[in-house]
Formats: sequence, structure tokens, C-alpha cells
Amino acid sequence: MNTVPWLTIMLLVPAVGAVVVGFLPRRRATLAKQLTLAITLVVLVLAVLATVAYEPKRAGFQFAQHHSWISTFGISYSVGADGISLVLMLLAAVLLPVVVLSSWDEVDGPEPGGDGLAAPAGGGRGGATPAGPAGGVGAGGGVATGGVATGGVATGGVEGGGGGTAVLVAAPPAPPAVGLGEPVPARGTEARGQRSVPAFFALLLALETGMIGVFAATDVFLFYVFFEAMLIPMYFLIGSYGPVKEQAQRSYAAVKFLVYSLLGGLLMLAAVIGLYVVSAQHLAHGTFDFATLRQLEITPGVQKLLFLGFFVAFAIKAPLFPFHTWLPDAGAQAPTGAAVLLVGVLDKVGTFGLIRYCIPLFPDAADYFAPMVLALAVIGIFYGALLAIGQRDMKRLVSYTSLAHFGFIALGTFAFTSQAGTGAVLYMVNHGLSTGLLFLVVGFLVARRGTRDVAAYGGLAKITPILAGVFLIAGLSSLALPGTNSFVSEFLVLVGTFTVNKALAIVATTGIVLAAIYILYLYQRTMTGPVTHEENRALLDLSVREKIVVAPMVALIIGLGVYPKPIIDIIRPSVTATFADIGKHDPAPTHPAAAQPGGHS
Amino acid sequence: MSADTLTVAAGTGAHPLHYAAASGVFSLSWLLIVLPLAGAAVLLIGGRRTDKFGHVIGTAAAAASFVVGVVLFAALLGRDGDNRAISQHLYSWIPVNGFQVDVGLLVDQLSIVFVLLITGVGTLIHIYSIGYMAHDPARRKFFGYMNLFLASMLLLVLGNNFLSLYAGWELVGLSSYLLIKFWEDRPAAATAANKAFYMNRVGDVGLALAIMFMFATVGSTGFADVFGAAAGGVIGYGTITAIALLLLLGACGKSGQFPLQAWLPDAMEGPTPISALIHAATMVTAGVYLIVRSAPIFNETQAARTVVVIIGAITILLGCVIGCAYDDIKKVLAYSTVSQIGYMFLAVGLGPAGYALGIMHLLAHGFFKAGLFLGAGSVIHAMDDDQDMRHYGGLWRYMPVTWATFGLGYLAIIGFPGLSGFFTKDRIIETAFDKGGTSGYLLGSIALLGAGITAFYMTRLFLMTFHGTKRWSSEGAEAHHPHEAPVSMTGPMIVLAFGSVFAGGLFVLGHSLQDWLEPVAGEGEGVHTFSPLVLTLLTLVVTIGGFGAAYLRYQLRPVAVQAPTDSEVTLVTVAARHDLFANTFNETVAMRPGQFLTRFLVWLDLVGVDGLVRGSAAGIGGLSGRMRRLQTGFVRSYALSMLGGAVLVVGALLLVRG
Repeated sequence: MNTVPWLTIMLLVPAVGAVVVGFLPRRRATLAKQLTLAITLVVLVLAVLATVAYEPKRAGFQFAQHHSWISTFGISYSVGADGISLVLMLLAAVLLPVVVLSSWDEVDGPEPGGDGLAAPAGGGRGGATPAGPAGGVGAGGGVATGGVATGGVATGGVEGGGGGTAVLVAAPPAPPAVGLGEPVPARGTEARGQRSVPAFFALLLALETGMIGVFAATDVFLFYVFFEAMLIPMYFLIGSYGPVKEQAQRSYAAVKFLVYSLLGGLLMLAAVIGLYVVSAQHLAHGTFDFATLRQLEITPGVQKLLFLGFFVAFAIKAPLFPFHTWLPDAGAQAPTGAAVLLVGVLDKVGTFGLIRYCIPLFPDAADYFAPMVLALAVIGIFYGALLAIGQRDMKRLVSYTSLAHFGFIALGTFAFTSQAGTGAVLYMVNHGLSTGLLFLVVGFLVARRGTRDVAAYGGLAKITPILAGVFLIAGLSSLALPGTNSFVSEFLVLVGTFTVNKALAIVATTGIVLAAIYILYLYQRTMTGPVTHEENRALLDLSVREKIVVAPMVALIIGLGVYPKPIIDIIRPSVTATFADIGKHDPAPTHPAAAQPGGHS
Repeated sequence: MSADTLTVAAGTGAHPLHYAAASGVFSLSWLLIVLPLAGAAVLLIGGRRTDKFGHVIGTAAAAASFVVGVVLFAALLGRDGDNRAISQHLYSWIPVNGFQVDVGLLVDQLSIVFVLLITGVGTLIHIYSIGYMAHDPARRKFFGYMNLFLASMLLLVLGNNFLSLYAGWELVGLSSYLLIKFWEDRPAAATAANKAFYMNRVGDVGLALAIMFMFATVGSTGFADVFGAAAGGVIGYGTITAIALLLLLGACGKSGQFPLQAWLPDAMEGPTPISALIHAATMVTAGVYLIVRSAPIFNETQAARTVVVIIGAITILLGCVIGCAYDDIKKVLAYSTVSQIGYMFLAVGLGPAGYALGIMHLLAHGFFKAGLFLGAGSVIHAMDDDQDMRHYGGLWRYMPVTWATFGLGYLAIIGFPGLSGFFTKDRIIETAFDKGGTSGYLLGSIALLGAGITAFYMTRLFLMTFHGTKRWSSEGAEAHHPHEAPVSMTGPMIVLAFGSVFAGGLFVLGHSLQDWLEPVAGEGEGVHTFSPLVLTLLTLVVTIGGFGAAYLRYQLRPVAVQAPTDSEVTLVTVAARHDLFANTFNETVAMRPGQFLTRFLVWLDLVGVDGLVRGSAAGIGGLSGRMRRLQTGFVRSYALSMLGGAVLVVGALLLVRG
């Protein structure tokens, strides 16, 4: 099974799907939904098969494929999976069908005010006004940003002769192009003023392509391309499909998200080029191939510069304190499904980038900057938790809890022990599940009640007991209660950090008290006590569709809490190898137990 | 632990202790946990479909687990003394290179007595709850949570490594949280549940850090490895003291000991059977279990043991004093629990001489305190949910079974000769004096004084409830018609009353329990400071003094229906009524500053961090701060920079290639 090009298939299926669904007429909404669900389920099956085929004990990338793309510059279509990227692709593949099903009815509602624009205000204006230089490069000419970011690359792809690649790369912007090609006519012809359902689902598929691509890429330039390409569908998901009544806020959030990400991306681009330059100095030919680049002996000074280029991009994406302020806005304004993917998977690209690129490529710099990163991580744990406690907007609250969680992940990554590192990667997966479920449940509430304000709820446990129960389970996972998935990862991060830096671990551990507060205080205000608003008495408990949405999430949260070994066994060898490569080994216990049993497996 | 015969020097180091591999009936010990867990799963997932028979399933699951416990106990009896620790590896839980944590169980002399207490008292309280919760529409959920609690508590005492223990530790916290806020439409219940969880989490930080310390030091979290290294004396004094103190922090949180005691009285917002099971008999004694289980660690550090006895002594007095001031019957019992667990802490802080005594008092307390709470529940039921003892009086006539069973529990807790508390508490007082020196006298005196005050407030409670004049009306708007509880409630009360009477003697006479626990807890026979007889007489005198004072005041003089106002009572009473200002302290030191900090940061994040970023971005772009223009401007400037980036890429590539 190892000869099957799993990753390429996993990329192609949603990419083609995005194009097909994107071209469906608006009235075929149901078909678009069904098709999207089927496609995401196929990707899930593929991801599971790939996981089964994966051999954890084998070193290096598996399912690897190399096709020269722009040979002049040593750019190639190179994909491959190690334990770290595989579990994240699996996470994306699991979350997508859940998100599709949870978004089933979300975009169907009529949009008041007759604003039928598929593009957010910012993008729409960009398209409407002659945007100078951008217009020439953009594929559709409508959206300056989308056009430049990927259009340029796509062109390159075609020229490079990589036919399959061209489709992949061109795919993400396709749906927005469909939506945006006719912004002005859309307003006129769509009398009912509804938002395009097929475009929404096509964007989700485009996003899936981008997410899998960004984890699968083993060519640094290809990684960069996916890194940027992924932004575009998310930008439209937030800007066009966010809360109907909050047009200004959602545009603001979408643009803020985009600008932050792009600024980071620009720095990374500079560093990527820098890497190429360095490789050209060391080798006969410059290259973007990750496996080759990690062998380079880069001088410490250069390492520091390049490290920072990557790091800032990832710290914005993850995000780490103080690069986080886009997240609460984006988290609050994104439609529920998009928020799940944004915080569940997209942000993981940042933490993934830290362990995949920052550390192996620039080990000396990683060492040098580790204290700074660890400090930011611990600040984030407390800062995020305290801000979460103080929020009144439920989605902003959940976003801030993620800031705290990303602090734990960064802590584990830069502690440089196999326990902390494995814990950090496992945390990425677990956070996607627990926060994903939290966003879903909050989304259910908002869909019922039409507001994210905590004060609008209260006493719902009596009215919607199942919803409340699922809410609590998601919350307990978020506060890392044993028996849920997050406990395993959080404890690994803390214990792994403890072995090398006691003070830091002790401080971080006290953060678990704050986690209890932000979750249970939210639960108390929304679910317990008397019913404070009469209109809440009519709220319905979870529907069958919603139960189907949450069931796999709950099962995974508890299942991976009780028996995380299968996932750990995939992650551990890759993390251990990553740290061993840069000469980091776990410290031995100071007084090893005398009778250390040999029977451990 | 998969190793078959790990040899650990436990206790005083005299006895090598084998952790034998599980075989035969012991390979089924996981059933103890899985049975109630399955019960919880059926009831909580099954939902309303199981409403009709939920209580039957829940009770059956508890009873089945008890039967398994009895079978295992019998099987342990059949083995010789050094061969009674059976470790079972279930599966590998968290395996990351050097960090190998399994889910595994240890059935030994210590855990089996807890198993019998938890499942035995647990089953009785399940039966009691059938009647007590009969009219609650969510009774099925109640039983589901109780089964979840049993499974969690059993995991706590059966885990064969510290991380399994920790899992049980936090999960009992969850069950406790769920059950305190069981009537969750009451804001007070929801607040109390949150408070309990928060304060427990403070303790959990200690336990978690202790485990990390163990791993960093020993490379394992397994009991066998950690205790082996501790008893081997290779771990430095500073490290082992730190580990012990962190364990103690965890123990204080779970057991409501100073300075983390404030949550326990509030937890009385939960239904009374829960107060009996979780917040009196089992969960809150987990801290004592933790210390005794970690005896090999505490044995190595005099400093940590000293802190344990100090905390125990402080808590004894604190609980006693506050217990005298409350009129709410459950609050008095709650502070009584705090104080009685203080006795257990005092005992286990005395080291090998006291470990077994602490456990002994724990078991006896499990019987009489559970019985007292169930009796209180019966009274509260009869008085239409009124918990104020000033509204009671003369109830013995109306509920004779409750009176009799409660009375036996009352006599047991104040140490009436021959009953449980007499044996177990006396031994603790005796051993405290035996510690010798000034500290021995001090501790002994505190324990003795505590016995006197206990007699006072328990007599006060008993007389105000069952004797004296009727302070309630059987007619009019606020009429009460007290009646005896149904058999499903009185049955368990009678069984527990038997336990209150006989348990102590059973444990103490012939050293039976001490000998049983000796392989785990070790033994220490000190020199007696006083002869046991003198001390017993002394304790009796003090107890009679406490009883007499209460009798004079609450039997011979009428009890006011209205509590005297703060200005009419002494300053001590005022302080006691305010929980010795523990809540005020917590609010001033932690809550208010925390709220302020949170609000400040929310403001800072909006105008500070975000504002700074927006401001500088605007500065770079040379754009005004107006949002609209900012947005469109950003997009355009980004487009420009992307183009610039693209040019840069191509240029750089060409340059390098060229």
C-alpha cells in the first residue's frame, strides 16, 4: 500500500470537487451539499487508509512523490508524510465532513438588506475600483488579493509543465472567481438575495485542499504556496458568510485576518528565498527541497534571520501572544464551520511550521530563541486564559481559550524533549477536536438564539439537556480533564517541559486552574441557574443532524483520552527523530528506579 | 507494571513487599471499576428511555461491584501476609520513550479496605437514594452520576501508578461537581459546584507537579518504582520533601483541609445522599489515602510530616469552632467532617505510628458520618427541606428510627465508650501525645480539646434536632408533618448505625486492622507518654465536659427560633459564623484582584495590543485610522506588496541562477 500516492489523491479529490461544486448553479444547493459531503467522506476514507498504510517505525517521509515543477529554480511538487503531518491531515479529514454537516442549513437563510455580494466589502471594493497593478496579475481581475497570491503561481505551474500541479494550485481561487466574476450582476439578478450555497461548499473543499497540501508539502516553496493559498477561501468564508447582520464587522475581521496572515507570509517568503540563496551557496544548485535543506550547515547569524522570518509567520498563524489580536475577531465573525476549521486546523499550520521548519532547519537559532518563545508561550497561557474569563462574546471567548492552548503547544515544541514534543503535536490534534466541538456547540446556540452574548443565555441545561451535556464534554476536554483527549497531551507537554525547565513547567501548570475557571464559568452563565430569558424556553435540543455532527467528536474526545496509544505511536518516532537530528535528547532521570522493569512495550 | 515480582521496601523498610502479578480472580479486578462505569454509561447515554428503571440499574451496578470487592477481599485473606499486593497491568496508556504510563490496578491491603468502604457505603447510599430522590424527575441522571463517581473513586484507590490515581482524582472532582450542582437551576448550587472544582484544581496542580517531580527524579510514575527509590534513600532530602509537600497540597484540596477547606461546606448544596457519600464518607478522605499510599515518601521527610500534622491540628480546631456556630444541620456536619479529617491528617502526619490509625478513623468515620448525613437527610425530608435546626426540636417522637440510628452515630462520633469513635479517636490522641516533647504535648492537647468541642457541637446538634421543645408548627401556613422515612431509607441508616457501633472495636481490638495494613503502612510502636488508661479517662472527662456544656445550654434552656444577631454573641461566634473569614480572605486575595486583572487585560488587549498593531500598521501604510479606509487600503497595499514580493522572488531566483 505504500506505493499508492495517497497524498496526491487526497489533494486531487477535494480540489476537483471544489471546481465541480463551485460551478454548480445556485439553485442546486442540495446537490452541492450532498456532493461536498460525499467528497469529504471520500477524503476521510483515504486519510484513514493512508494512516493504516503508514509505517510509524520507518524513518523519513512516506508516500513521497517528487515532480519537477519549476526546475530552473529547483522548485518541485514534492509531497510526503511523517507522523507529525499525517495526524494533522487526518484531523483535517475528520473535521471536514463534520463541518459540512454542521453547516448544512447555515447559509440558506435569506440575507436582509439585499446585499447579495459573494465577496466581502473589502474585496468587493478592491475589485470594483481599478486596483492598479493587481488587476493585471489577478486571474479573475475581481479580487486583487486572490488573483495575485495564487494566480501568479498557477501560471508558473502551467509553464513548468506540471499538469496535475497546475490544477491543484489553480483550484483554490476558482470558486471565489466564480463568485466574484459577477459581483455587480449578482446583486441585480438574485432577486431573493441569497448567498450562494455551492460557492460556500466549494470554498470548504478548496480549504481542505489547501490544508492537506500545506501539511503534505516537502518542498518549502510548495509549502509557501499552500500556506498562502489556504488564506483565500478562509477570507471569503469569513467575509461573505459571517453573521448576516454584522456586515461591517465581518469584513473588518476578514481583512484583518488576511492582512495579518499575509504580512507573516511576506516575511516567510523572504526567508524562503533566503534559504534558497543559502542552499545555492552551499550546493551546486539551489533547492527548496526540505530534506536537502535540513542537511545544510547554515551559519548561526543567517539562521537567526531566517528563523525569525518563519517564526513570525507561524506565530501570527498559530497565533502566539502578542500576534493574536486577529483571532478573536476572525473567530467571532467566521461562520461556525469555518471557525472550526480556522482554529482547529488552519492555526495548526503555525504550530506545525514551528516543529517542522523552524527547529530542524535552524537548530542553532531555535536554541537561541527558545527562551523567548517559551516566555511568549507561558505569557500566552495566562493572557489567553484571563482574557477568556473576561469575555462576553462566546466565540471570542473560545478564541481566547485557544490562545492559551497554543501557548501550551509552543511550550511543548520548544522544550526539546520527546515527551513535550509528542505532547505538543498530540495537542494540535486534540485541540482541533475539543475546540472544534466547542465552536460547534456555541454555533448551535447562536443559530438558535441569534446572539453570541453570554448574557442572553442562562439555565439552558433544563431546556436543552443534550446540548448542555455535549457543551460540558467539550469544555471538560478544553480544561484537560483526565479521561478526555486533551489531558494526555497537556500532561505530556508539562511533564516533558518539567524535565528540562522546572520553573517554567510549574508556572504553566498553575494555568490549569484558570482553564477550569474559563470553562466552568462560561458553563455556569449559560447552562445553569434559572432561565433568565423567557424566549429561551422555546429553544430546541439537538436535532438528529446535529447529534450526528457531535457524535464522532465526542467519541474521539473520550476515545483518545482513554486510549491515545495508536496516535502517540504515529507521532512519537517523528518527533523523537526531529529532536535527535538537532542533538536534543531527553534528560535521564536523576535517580532512576532501581528495579526498572524491562517489560515495557 | 508488567513485571511480576517487583520488590519494594515499604513502610519502615522492614518488610520487602511483592507486587505479585494478577491471576485467577484478581485478573477480574477491573470489573470493580467497569461495572459502575457501565452503569453510568447506560444511564447517561440511554437518557430518558432509562428513566423508569434507571435507579435499579444504578443500584445493581454498585452492588455488583461490592460483591466483586468482597470476593477479592476473601481471596486476599486466603493469601499469606506478604503476598497480598496484586498488581494488574491493563494496557499501555501514554507511552512516550522514557515516559511509560500504563493503566494498571493494585489490589492490596490498603486499596481493598477502600474498595469495601466505597462500594459498601456506596451501595447503601444508592438504596437510600431510591427513596430520597423518588420524587425528583431527574433521578435517573442522579444515579448515573453516582455510578460515575463510584467508578472514578475506585480508579483513584486502585490505580497502580500515580497517573492512574490522578485520573481518578480529577474524575471524582468531576462527579462531585456534577452532583453538587445537581439541582442546577439553583444559582447557589451552581456557584458551590464551581467553587469546589476551582479549589480542587488548586490542589490538583500540587498533585500534578508531584507526579512530574517523580518522573524527573525516578523516571517513572509507578508506585513500585517511585516507592522503591524513595525507600532506597537515594532521592535527595530537598526533592523528596518537595514531592511530599506537593502531594500534601493535592490532599488538602481534595480533603477540605486548611487552607483549602472553604469549598466543602458550600458543597452541601448538593442532595444529602451526595453529602453522605462523597463529601463525608469517601471522596474527601482521598487525601488521607494519598498520604498513606505515599508512606514510603513521607517516611523519608520529617519536614513534610511536620507540615501534615500542623495542617491536621489547625483543621481540627477550625472545623470544631465553626461547627459550633452554624444552625444549618448540614453545615454543622460538613464542618464536623472537615474537623474529623483533620484528625486523620494529624494521625498520618505522625508517620508509621499513625498511618493505620488514620485509616482506621477514616473507616469508622465513613460509617458514622454517612449515617449521620443520611439521618439528617431523613430529618430534612420530614421537615420539607428546612435545614435550620432552630426550626426543629422534639423530633424523636415522630421519627424514632432516625432518632435511634442518628443517636448511635452521634455517640460514635463523640467517642462514647465502646463505640467506633471511642476506639479510633482515642488512639489518635494517644499517639499524638506519644510523639513526645513539646510538640507531642501540643498536638495531643489540641486533639483532646477537639474531642471536647466535638462533643459540644454534636450534642448541640442532636438536642436541637431531636429533643427540647417543638419549635415548628403542625398547623397553619408553615405546617410540618414530620414522619418516619420509608424502609429504603431507614434500612441503610440501620446498617450504618451497626457499623458506627461495632466498626471501631472490630478494627482496634487485637490490632486486627493495624496488622492487616502493616505491609503497606508499616508500624511504629512508640513509648507511651501517658498510660492508655489515664488518657482514655482524660478524654472521657473532656468529652463529658463538652456534652455537659451543650446540655446545659440547649436542653435545660430554651432554644430561640430566631438565631441571635451578631451583636448578641461573642466575637468568636461572629468569626465562626463567617467561616473564620476564609471566604472573605479568598475573595480579597484571589477573586477581586483576579477580576480586576481580567478586566484590565480585556481593556488592554483591545486598546493596547490590538491598538498598537493597528496603529503601527496604519502608520506603515500611511493610512488614516478610519476603519473603512483602513481595510480597503490594506488590501491595496497588500496587493502591492505581494506584487513586490513576486518580483523579489523572481529577481532573487534569477540573480542566484545567474
